[in-house]
Amino acid sequence: MTEHVVIVGGGTGGTVLANDLADRLDAELDAGDVRITLVNDGPDHVYKPVWLYVPFGQREPDDGRRPLDELVDDAVDLRIDRVSEIDTEAQRLRFDGTAPAVDYDYLVLATGSTLEPERIPGLVDGGYDYYSEVGSTALRDELLEFTEGHLVLSVIGTPHMCPAAPLEFVFMADDWLRERGLREDVDITYTYPIQRVHGNPHIAEWARPIMDDRGIEVETFFNAESIDPEAKTITSMEGTELDYDLLVTIPPHGGIDLIEEAGLGDNGWVDVDKHTLEAQAVDNVYALGDTADTGVPNAGSVAHYQAGVVGQRLASEVRGRPPTATYDGKTLCFIETGMDAASFVEFDYENQPSPAPPSEKLHWSKLAYNDSYWLTARGLL
Amino acid sequence: MTDIEPDETVDARGAACPGPLMDLIGQIRDAEAGDVVRLLSDTDQSLTDVPEWAEEAGNELLAVEEFDDHNAFYVERS
Repeated sequence: MTEHVVIVGGGTGGTVLANDLADRLDAELDAGDVRITLVNDGPDHVYKPVWLYVPFGQREPDDGRRPLDELVDDAVDLRIDRVSEIDTEAQRLRFDGTAPAVDYDYLVLATGSTLEPERIPGLVDGGYDYYSEVGSTALRDELLEFTEGHLVLSVIGTPHMCPAAPLEFVFMADDWLRERGLREDVDITYTYPIQRVHGNPHIAEWARPIMDDRGIEVETFFNAESIDPEAKTITSMEGTELDYDLLVTIPPHGGIDLIEEAGLGDNGWVDVDKHTLEAQAVDNVYALGDTADTGVPNAGSVAHYQAGVVGQRLASEVRGRPPTATYDGKTLCFIETGMDAASFVEFDYENQPSPAPPSEKLHWSKLAYNDSYWLTARGLL
Repeated sequence: MTDIEPDETVDARGAACPGPLMDLIGQIRDAEAGDVVRLLSDTDQSLTDVPEWAEEAGNELLAVEEFDDHNAFYVERS
C-alpha cells in the first residue's frame, strides 16, 4: 500500500518539509511505498523577510519570489489549487472549483499567516505596511517623499510574523533618515500592545535603551482601536490618540478559516503538542510554522527547524517505527539595529535569548543568509 | 469562588507570555461595553500583566479566582 503524505502550504515550512521528505524517503518513493504531495494556492514560493528592505530601496519584491516547481524536488507532486475543506474524519481534502478531492494518510498544515487589516476601522486607507509585496512598495514610494513630520510605527496585533521586524524597522528608519540628513525633521514613535517594547522581556530589555538613545519615542499598552485617515490620527483602546504624518503598522494577523472549521484550533492556528507538532484534536495531522500554536515566534527559522522534526517523524511513521524526533522550541533571529549593524538571538523553550552586541559582521551575516535562503528552501542548508 | 457570569471565556492555558494578555485584549476588543470576559491563564505573569492593562485601559478587573494550576480573571469592558 502506498502511504500518501499531503502538505498544504508552499511557504518556508511546507517547502523545506517537502524537500526534506523527498531526500529522507528517497528509497520509499522509488519503491512506490509513499507519495508526497505539496499543495499551494499559487505557483510561487515567497520569502517574506525581503520585504523589510524594500521600503529602504535595498531589495525588490521579486528578490523574494521564485517558482515552486524550480525549488521542489521532482519526486514531489506539486499541486496548485486552493483547499476548500479539510475533512479529518474521511482524511480527505476538497478543493475550490472542480478539482478532484485528495485522500491523505498524513496531513501537514503549513498554511501560515494572512493579514487582516480590515479588522481595524480606517487601517486599510490610513496605514502602510511592509508585510506584503504591495504594502512594501507603497511604503517605499511614500518614504522616499517623506522629509519631515511624525512617523508612527504601530504593532497592532500579536502574534505576527517576525516579531523582531517592528524593532528592525524603526532602527533602520532612524539610521536611514540620519544618513540622509533628515532625522532632525522627523519624529519617530513606536507603539506596542503590552507594557514593554517586545513580547519577549529579554529582547525588550535590550531594545529599550537603544530606542531611548536614538530618540525613538515609545508608547506601550497601545492597542490600536481605530484610525482616522482624514485627520491622520490613531487611537488606542487605552484612550491615547497620536497624530501622524506617516503611519506604518503591523496589521492584525490570522490563520485560514478552514482550520477552525475543521475543529483543529481557534483563529486559524492549530492546537498542537508543542514538542511533537501533532494536532491535539485528531490523528495523522501535523502543523508547523505560524500555523502551529506553540507559543514560539512566527519566524522562518522556526518553520525550518520544525520541518526537520516533522520530516523525521513522518519518515518513522512511513517505515512503521515509533516517531521519536521532537521540537525543542529552537529559534534563531538576526535583528537589524540600523542600515549596517545587526544583533543576533538564539533561544528555545528552556533557554532565554541574550541579544549579541550589534555589529557590522552580524548585519552582513543576515544579508548573506537571506541570499542563501534558496538553499534552505531546497532542503540543502 | 465568584458568582460572576462571564459573557465570554478565553482559555489561554498553555500559552506563553504575552499570549494570555493578548488573548484577553483581543476578546475585549470585540466585546460590548459592560460585557465581562473571563481569562483562564496558567502564567504567573498574568497576575501582574492583567491588572496593569485593565487599569491602563480603564476596564475593571472584577475578580481573580485562584485554582491549583491556573487563575481566572474577570474583566468588564468599560
